[in-house]
Amino acid sequence: MLQLAKIKKSFHEPDGTVLPILDIADYHVSPGEQVVVVGRSGCGKTTLLHVISGISRPDSGRVKLDNIDLTVLTEAECDRYRAERIGYVFQTFNLLAGFSALENVLLAMRFTGRRVDADRARQLLDRVGLAHRVTHKPAQLSVGEQQRVAVARALANRPKLLLADEPTANVDSGHQQQVVDLLRETCREEKVALVMVTHSPDVSDQFDRIDRLEEINAVVSV
Amino acid sequence: MSLWKVAWRSIQQRSLSSVLTAVAMGLGVALVVCVLVIHGVVKKSFDRGAGGYNLIVGANKGGQLQLVLNTVYHLSRPIGNIPYTYYEWLRDHPYVEAAYPLCMGGSYKDHRIVGTMPDMFDDLEYSEGKNYEFEEPNRNFYYDEFFCAVVGPTAARKTGLKLGDTFQITHGVKEGGEPHADKFTVVGIFEPTGTPNDRAIFVNIEGFFRLKGHVHAEPDAVDPEETTASPADEKGDTPGAPGETEHDTHSPDHAEAVENAEEDHAEDSHAGHDHDGDIPSELKKVTAILVCTSEENLVEAMNLQREINGQTVAQAVVPGDVITELFDGIVGNVQLVLLILVVMVVVVAGLGLLVSIYNSMSERRHDIAVMRALGASRVTVMVIILLESILLSLGGGFIGLLLGHGTIGAFSSRITEETGVVVRAMQFQPTELILIPGLIILASIVGYLPALSAYRTDVAKSLQS
Ligand SMILES: Nc1ncnc2c1ncn2[C@@H]1O[C@H](COP(=O)(O)OP(=O)(O)O)[C@@H](O)[C@H]1O
Ligand SMILES: [Mg+2]
Repeated sequence: MLQLAKIKKSFHEPDGTVLPILDIADYHVSPGEQVVVVGRSGCGKTTLLHVISGISRPDSGRVKLDNIDLTVLTEAECDRYRAERIGYVFQTFNLLAGFSALENVLLAMRFTGRRVDADRARQLLDRVGLAHRVTHKPAQLSVGEQQRVAVARALANRPKLLLADEPTANVDSGHQQQVVDLLRETCREEKVALVMVTHSPDVSDQFDRIDRLEEINAVVSV
Repeated sequence: MSLWKVAWRSIQQRSLSSVLTAVAMGLGVALVVCVLVIHGVVKKSFDRGAGGYNLIVGANKGGQLQLVLNTVYHLSRPIGNIPYTYYEWLRDHPYVEAAYPLCMGGSYKDHRIVGTMPDMFDDLEYSEGKNYEFEEPNRNFYYDEFFCAVVGPTAARKTGLKLGDTFQITHGVKEGGEPHADKFTVVGIFEPTGTPNDRAIFVNIEGFFRLKGHVHAEPDAVDPEETTASPADEKGDTPGAPGETEHDTHSPDHAEAVENAEEDHAEDSHAGHDHDGDIPSELKKVTAILVCTSEENLVEAMNLQREINGQTVAQAVVPGDVITELFDGIVGNVQLVLLILVVMVVVVAGLGLLVSIYNSMSERRHDIAVMRALGASRVTVMVIILLESILLSLGGGFIGLLLGHGTIGAFSSRITEETGVVVRAMQFQPTELILIPGLIILASIVGYLPALSAYRTDVAKSLQS
């Protein structure tokens, strides 16, 4: 379902030097598969997720999702594609502070070409255990609750793939497992493939497939 | 969840800054509204000043402007007089439908006294389809009530004259002159017309003639300043009967006012005034004549004007022409200054909006990046910022309308007092409609810079921070 081919991505430093980050010959994720990606800090995990989701374009190579090549789409098409097919859970939740839990979910729906389905938004919030918190603003929620809203938001548009970038790093240890369980269970229920980046061995050990970025990435970082 | 709502949420999030921005915008809009309303009202009052008649005929001295200022706006000094017989000639002229003689040259507490005939209030339309109105027990005076007066609402308020009050006319148009001994009784205060006549006091022209010194033996001895003190006093000094008979024919509801008037008259010394007998037309003078020609035949009006101006006795002016000239000449320049002021206010308000939104961009860069990561396109986030700008300026516009019309409302009675123009808080000018598209355009221009900044947001980088 997800195929990366000959991906290269580098950043240009302000002083002009080119900093290569990613060089991935081949990478696959099957439908509904759950994968954990591990690697040192700074080795390019977030950059990889950005490339997969079309937030960043690779310098070269192909990113195919459901056989559609994101790298040949126009930017606007790519945005639409990301809205409709990819869910994203951030390390720092990134809920919009001015919007209630429900509105954060509805907002994600707004960016697709489809109609906003308020019932589904409520069902998802119910599913993540926040039925009684829908009108609360992020600031009124605990960090664990915030991340659950973020999960509901990522699933709002029935994506094919959910990307989670260190989703437990900012959650207190007591609630980390809850977040991981929630992600894995809901992805299974919704038949969404999951690519989760994590630092925590406790988390990564629970996955059948563990990808070490250093092994698939030809760039040797110093 | 519409993009409007997204923009609104972002405004709510920075409520203090948003409110301040909108209020600053509102102050600008309020100023614009005040300028528009006042300008509109001034123009309207200029235009409606000379309603209901096509020509003003006055002495063939001084300029047309002075004649119009004096006759229509009760400003400046009366130019001079024309013989009453000239009025009679005009009245009977085939082109003339109605003619109203006016006598000026007196005042009461700084308000002009205008001697006129009662049919001016009965027949003249001060503005399209509108006649002077008296609310019971106010009424117009009758022909034979020589010493009765009707008072404009503004003049009544400012001078304190009430129904049944009596007053003495002062020589000349400014206070400080000597009062005439004869007293006039107020029989009516008419409803506000929004014309300069609201500021004037109207007395029966026959009473005016009967004032000491107002009837002239030598028809040409006319001094504009001293209409009341010309040497021709002899005729007026002829002893006449006491002034009772003029009141005795009226219905009972007027009885009280009449009685009061009679008491006052009784106390008065009437010696030397011919209150009863007809004054020969040759001895009477008028200051101006309002002439209505047939509405259908404007050529007649032009011919009549040419005919009058062809003679040496008087001049005839079309008030509308002079007023338009006056308005364009004086107010037109003020208008330009106001327009520049308005443009500057708008620019300043726009800059305030720009600064407010632009300053907020750094703190919301992250939110914009999140929306982009959720799949919002560059155009979408740009539109959100533009909508925010539009909402803020429309909000400012709303505040400004309230503020502007509130201010107008608060000052309306003063404006009416000072200028005779009736202003109402909720009197909207058609030009104000331009505000809505105008504000939207302004907001779009001003919002463009921050919107462009949103458009250019580097999502990956902004998400990292
Ligand atoms: N926009 C950028 N410009 C320049 N360098 C960047 C940018 N984003 C990330 N990097 C660099 O790329 C490397 C990988 O970053 P990242 O993918 O965030 O690593 P990880 O998520 O594995 O910690 C880091 O050295 C980081 O400094
Ligand atoms: Mg990272």
